[in-house]
Amino acid sequence: MSETQLIFQLSHPGRSATSQAPKALAEDKLSAIPAHLRRKEKPGLPEVSEMQVVRHYTNLSSKNFAIDKQFYPLGSCTMKYNPRGANRAAMLPGFLNRHPLAPESHSQGFLSCMFELQNFLKEVTGMKGVSLAPMAGAQGEFAGVAMIRAYHDARGDDQRTEILIPNAAHGTNPATAVMCGYKVREVPVGPDGDVDLDALKEACGPQTAGLMMTNPSTCGVFERQIEDIAKAVHEAGGLLYYDGANLNAILGKVRPGDMGFDVIHMNLHKTFATPHGGGGPGAGPVGVSERLLPYLPTPMAGQRDDGSYHWIDTDTLDTSIGHLSAFMGNAGVLLRAYFYARSLGREGMIRVGEFSTLAANYLLKRLEAVGCTAAYPDRRASHEFILTFAKEAKELGVTAMDIAKRLLDYNQHAPTTYFPLLVPECFLIEPTETESKEALDEFVDAMAAILEEARTEPDMVKEAPFTQPVRRLDDVKAARELDLTWSE
Amino acid sequence: MPYIPHTPDDVRAMLDAIGADSIEDLFDEIPAHLKAAGKLDALPEGLSEMEVNRLMSDRAAQDAGAVSFIGAGAYQHHVPAAVWEIATRGEFYTAYTPYQAEASQGTLQVIYEFQTLMTRLTGMDVSNASVYDGASGLAEAVLMSLRANRKSKSRKVLVPTALNPRYTSATQAIVENQDVALQRVGFDAATGQTPLDALKDFEGEDYAALVISQPNFFGSLEEVDALTDWAHANKMLVIGVVNPTSLALLTPPGEWGTEGADIVVGEGQPLGVPLSSGGPYFGFMCCKQKHVRQMPGRIIGRTVDMEGKQGFTLTLQAREQHIRRSKATSNICTNQGLAMTAATIYTSLLGPDGLGNVAAHCHANTQALADKLTAIDGVERAFTAPTFHEVVLTLPKPADQVLAALAEKDVLGGVSLAGDYDMNNAILVNATEVHSEQDLQLFEQALKSVLNEWREMA
Repeated sequence: MSETQLIFQLSHPGRSATSQAPKALAEDKLSAIPAHLRRKEKPGLPEVSEMQVVRHYTNLSSKNFAIDKQFYPLGSCTMKYNPRGANRAAMLPGFLNRHPLAPESHSQGFLSCMFELQNFLKEVTGMKGVSLAPMAGAQGEFAGVAMIRAYHDARGDDQRTEILIPNAAHGTNPATAVMCGYKVREVPVGPDGDVDLDALKEACGPQTAGLMMTNPSTCGVFERQIEDIAKAVHEAGGLLYYDGANLNAILGKVRPGDMGFDVIHMNLHKTFATPHGGGGPGAGPVGVSERLLPYLPTPMAGQRDDGSYHWIDTDTLDTSIGHLSAFMGNAGVLLRAYFYARSLGREGMIRVGEFSTLAANYLLKRLEAVGCTAAYPDRRASHEFILTFAKEAKELGVTAMDIAKRLLDYNQHAPTTYFPLLVPECFLIEPTETESKEALDEFVDAMAAILEEARTEPDMVKEAPFTQPVRRLDDVKAARELDLTWSE
Repeated sequence: MPYIPHTPDDVRAMLDAIGADSIEDLFDEIPAHLKAAGKLDALPEGLSEMEVNRLMSDRAAQDAGAVSFIGAGAYQHHVPAAVWEIATRGEFYTAYTPYQAEASQGTLQVIYEFQTLMTRLTGMDVSNASVYDGASGLAEAVLMSLRANRKSKSRKVLVPTALNPRYTSATQAIVENQDVALQRVGFDAATGQTPLDALKDFEGEDYAALVISQPNFFGSLEEVDALTDWAHANKMLVIGVVNPTSLALLTPPGEWGTEGADIVVGEGQPLGVPLSSGGPYFGFMCCKQKHVRQMPGRIIGRTVDMEGKQGFTLTLQAREQHIRRSKATSNICTNQGLAMTAATIYTSLLGPDGLGNVAAHCHANTQALADKLTAIDGVERAFTAPTFHEVVLTLPKPADQVLAALAEKDVLGGVSLAGDYDMNNAILVNATEVHSEQDLQLFEQALKSVLNEWREMA
């Protein structure tokens, strides 16, 4: 595929997509703006025709892998099918044109969807209250930990300075704890993928504000000691935070609220099938147990006795941790999740956990059968699992990164690589419930072929990919000779 | 089974390969008493696409039909059809964050183009790939200014009262856990601007940054050059909060004062993103080159591949949470990629003249609206400063009552300033290029009739 010029390189002075903007106004219409506040030169935006723009960005789109094109088994990312119907519903004119500050009299339709979505999420997670406000998983984490802090602060319990985090956790967990003013204390994970319970008990104390964890964990296994962990943290006076990154694995099967978690966030762009959009927007609603209800971020949707809907905001919930955005978060993403929830219903939700787990366990067994090494061979996979290529790296010089790049040549998106950090040369693979058995089998065939190539022509694998718009990129040059904007 | 492809035969074959009797067996590591069986009964039955579509169409229709003059941080603009037709192509819509650069060159080049567009609009050196929205972007900018200002040890930032109060409250909620304090700077009750006089109290004191909003929440244009020079003379960084549409007409923050702003953030929504109840929008964030390593969020660089061919990749990742964990510049991971993609397409379609014409029409329409409304007895402009495309009007009656009465006539007449500013009779109104002469007349007539009804009752 050829190099695509930048949109700026297509620019031609005086050209424009004239039908897309109103006609020029006489300069005197701008006379109320003082000259010294006016821009001296026009901004250097591209001057191109409508068709040039359409063709340029359509061509660029074709350089992406996407769920709509390929199997995309990124672990902990839940790249499942994003229903097109959800997009159409969220783009209905009544929703699209509604101003976020429109009065409640002109917001009943939208509010009703949000109110119901809050209730659906409460039900599937077993929590007592839900706020839809956070705009991404990391912001949900922020809201969750900020609520933990608000809870301790309200009790005058100001000695709690630490958040415990298993060392297999997502990077957002420690980064979030710091943003909330806490120190991070890491807890080791044992050889079977479960948290080292003795080390955890050792770490718990009067300084413990809480524990952040994912279950199933980022090791791709269900944390079997979850009740003991909850007990240890609660006895020390800390609260339990559930990172919902892996909620897909247990949707409809186990509820975080029943496991003892006090606060959770959900990634609707994972579990509720809203698109990832090349890096967002997501949505990271939070759910809480009884004792954290007063601190939920606003606004939320409420319902009056007469059935009408209203906003709940800081004027009535003054203990709230407050607003996390100018308005109410990623409303359009929430509408897509609402569509998905209505479409699945109760039975559909239960099937998500079941079939994502079936697909992962099937894929794991098949990959083991063609010579891949599981990191936790004695454990059930959850909705994802870890392979390690430490042996291939040592014996053949072919790393997990090389295999990942070679997969692209087989038209398979690479799994998550080198995460979690504690397993060397690893893949974290999550197939999701929406992939057919044939798609899973094709991935197995590709992996078997690449392992054979690693043995017979390792140098070739180390130079992959060959079929993509670019070969391997010089990341060192990118960081050393920063080129972050185009100049003529 | 919606979205699940497996037939009973598939399931049997898969279970056989696993060596399990049933799907339930796969959950045998979960303590039995924790299982959710029977606990989801409050969830409704699943519906077909047609049924959900009918249900949601009815809901959406309930909210449609009014003519709105609400701005206050989110603005109605014409969005060319091409913008979202392309942005929702599956190749953009269903791609992940571009970690595998070779398989993500489309998204990566779009971001590189976006970064370039934003620096050209703002007059700054570098841009990131977006943050969640303008308000949370300001919070990130405040935290960034503490890291970037080497001359200051302060954990305090000066924030004008005339800043969008929603930005202030979101920033407060996000930064307060790190013991960062926002010191408010008052506005001039006559002009609606943040005057240099209000800053005198803080002269010579240690603050990490001064926030300057152009235009400010009231739509008023600030004397940005003087404010910027004052901040720099007092060893503070300048954080500019700007409306991207306005930048087609107004001095870019990179040229404010002698040295220009240091960090610039804003709400990207006006660039091709529909109002959609408040999101997804995107925040943009630009800065001077020397501060780039303190910037949060993803940044894309241009480089070459092993054959010397141009390519794009995530760079400076050592700032980010997935590498630096607790030492990262922010916890941000997912950002607003698709909205940023739409904005890139929008800005390319409009070009410099098109965006300038949009900005000019917004300004002219708001002037025309203010002229019409202030011709009504008792309605006046609250402030004297020049405005961009939003203006505060005072009414002869309490704003909340007037707005409620207008809403009954399907005219959403702006936002009340009663709650945030104790200006009980004041409303903030906005018009853009989408408002026709008839729309402006409709507002004028509705306001006249509301006020007349009360006069007659009195």
